[in-house]
Amino acid sequence: MTSEAKDHAQLADIFNKDEARVDWHDETLWWVRAKRDKAVHQLPEWEELREAASQIKHNVLSNLNSYLIQFEAQAQANGITVHWAADGAEHNRIVHELIKAEGVTRMVKSKSMLTEECHLNEYLADNGIEVIDSDLGERIVQLAKEPPSHIVLPCIHKKKEEIGDLFHEHLGTPANLSDPQILTEAARVHLRDTFLTRKVALTGVNFAIAETGEFVVCTNEGNADMGAHLANVHIASMGIEKLIPQRKHLGIFLRLLTRSATGQPITTYSSHFKKPRPGQQMHLVLVDNGRTVQLGREDFRNSLKCIRCGACMNTCPVYRRSGGHSYHTAVAGPIGSILAPNLDMKKYADLPFASTLCGSCTNVCPVKINIHEQLYKWRQVIVQEGHAPALKKVSMQAMTWTLGSPSVYRAAGKMGRWVMKYAPFAINNGFNPWYKQRDMPEPPKESFGEWYRKNR
Amino acid sequence: MTDREKILAAVAQNQPESSPLPNISFFKGDEAGIVEKYINVLTTIGGQVIQVSGYDDIAAWITEHYSADQRLITALPDLKTAAKLFEPVTTGHELADVDLAVIRGHFGVAENGAIWITEELMGHRSLPFIAQHVAVVFNKSDIVPTMHEAYLRIGETEYGFGTFISGPSKTADIEQSLVLGAHGARSMTVFLLG
Repeated sequence: MTSEAKDHAQLADIFNKDEARVDWHDETLWWVRAKRDKAVHQLPEWEELREAASQIKHNVLSNLNSYLIQFEAQAQANGITVHWAADGAEHNRIVHELIKAEGVTRMVKSKSMLTEECHLNEYLADNGIEVIDSDLGERIVQLAKEPPSHIVLPCIHKKKEEIGDLFHEHLGTPANLSDPQILTEAARVHLRDTFLTRKVALTGVNFAIAETGEFVVCTNEGNADMGAHLANVHIASMGIEKLIPQRKHLGIFLRLLTRSATGQPITTYSSHFKKPRPGQQMHLVLVDNGRTVQLGREDFRNSLKCIRCGACMNTCPVYRRSGGHSYHTAVAGPIGSILAPNLDMKKYADLPFASTLCGSCTNVCPVKINIHEQLYKWRQVIVQEGHAPALKKVSMQAMTWTLGSPSVYRAAGKMGRWVMKYAPFAINNGFNPWYKQRDMPEPPKESFGEWYRKNR
Repeated sequence: MTDREKILAAVAQNQPESSPLPNISFFKGDEAGIVEKYINVLTTIGGQVIQVSGYDDIAAWITEHYSADQRLITALPDLKTAAKLFEPVTTGHELADVDLAVIRGHFGVAENGAIWITEELMGHRSLPFIAQHVAVVFNKSDIVPTMHEAYLRIGETEYGFGTFISGPSKTADIEQSLVLGAHGARSMTVFLLG
């Protein structure tokens, strides 16, 4: 069975086998969430910033057509070549053509969740192009032949000893290293050589400005800049929803982004790319890949406001205890669970159910996406479209039948109490999913209805 | 139909009714204690701030902390006694062995320690990133409270490349342990003039 065929619950089961690691993962992410809170509480205007960001993004979504046209014209006037890709396959083809045109077979790439979504690395590998991911966390998971498990902290699931083993195997460092300082230095040396020898560099895009035709890339490591400024060809890949209207709106978004992500006041580098260097080519690929469909879904279009800070993952009780890989999609966690069903409702039918609907994701979202409400709405759509798992479907139907008739409801309650009292083994077993990691409660002696008839 | 036409048509069909942009002009930071705040924030995130009265102080600091056999480059003629004046390069690769780059910045932002630097101040776009250590000089009177004032100040100025730099390059990708000196500069020293 491939991991694609397993659902969130089954993949979470695998992650949950190592209880100590689950606890560590849970606590580490909660620590990041606490850092976010500390940073946020220093700004009395935080809620107004969230509201402004949400409204700006709403303005973008409602005028996206004209902003795209304006952005394209400005970027072209700046000397940037603009490409359009309706889907991931077209995006990958465009990137491959650009690499071929430069006559090389290697590329360095900084963080871009869009290229994960499009499976660019696999596509290029199949076509004989070697891609090296330059973000430290992404390089680590790339060496481990795994996808990132978190959009901001790609190897948050890995222990430093495992990273030491990976570097020993692939980068030739001494065995049994686990000091983050020494491991980071080893990666610096390895990747510096990569930056200096690659002629094509691909970066993601955090924000693009319709008014000026420039785009902004934020990193702490400086890897996007190292790649782009040393390469002959800079390719930037962006989803069409990353546009914002004017330069001054960056003031809002840059204040929100890293405080929400890691509790930092800003990333080390917030680089504004407006024109190519003399002699350099700068290409920008605008990608749809389902975004226009989501734009048309009234209940779900707000998900396109996302600025990929990862706050909803850090706060999510399910994400923290199930790990990013259990979501089997490029963007994990609550936001991924409302984005993925738009791309393939059947394949990702399990994800909107991987939530307690506690609403914490909605509360921390810097652009006020109603994430937990959308998760609830996706559940309804998925059941209506017939993509709910068979067991869930049968139990929902049984529940409807029971709750729809007072006499059936009373009989079922009586039977349930009898079974819990006299035959607990019938429910305290592995066939009952509720029994996993839980004890069934003591059965009450009588129902509330029975008690009320006696005592009213 | 090209992909461009397809996407634009789908967007036009599916975008909701137009909603207005919010007014953001009321977002303003506090000017009080702005220099101390800037120094505190940048120091907290791993940068170093040195207050100087003139370029001679900076030149003396460079000479004290770096040796003559290291490759020291500056884009500031006032510092040419302490570091080699930047000469145009064909590619950034020629700067791969720079130990210290000293450049000018436009202004700083108190809330996050960032300095706005555009291409013409860098010599080459790669210099602030590829140098092992970076130092940036700007006037103490050029500190704004928040990013709102920062973008007001940038306004519609023209640049090919510009960046906010806030401290040394860093990563916490390995078990959330903060390490300074990821791929860019290992340290950042800011000289506040005046």
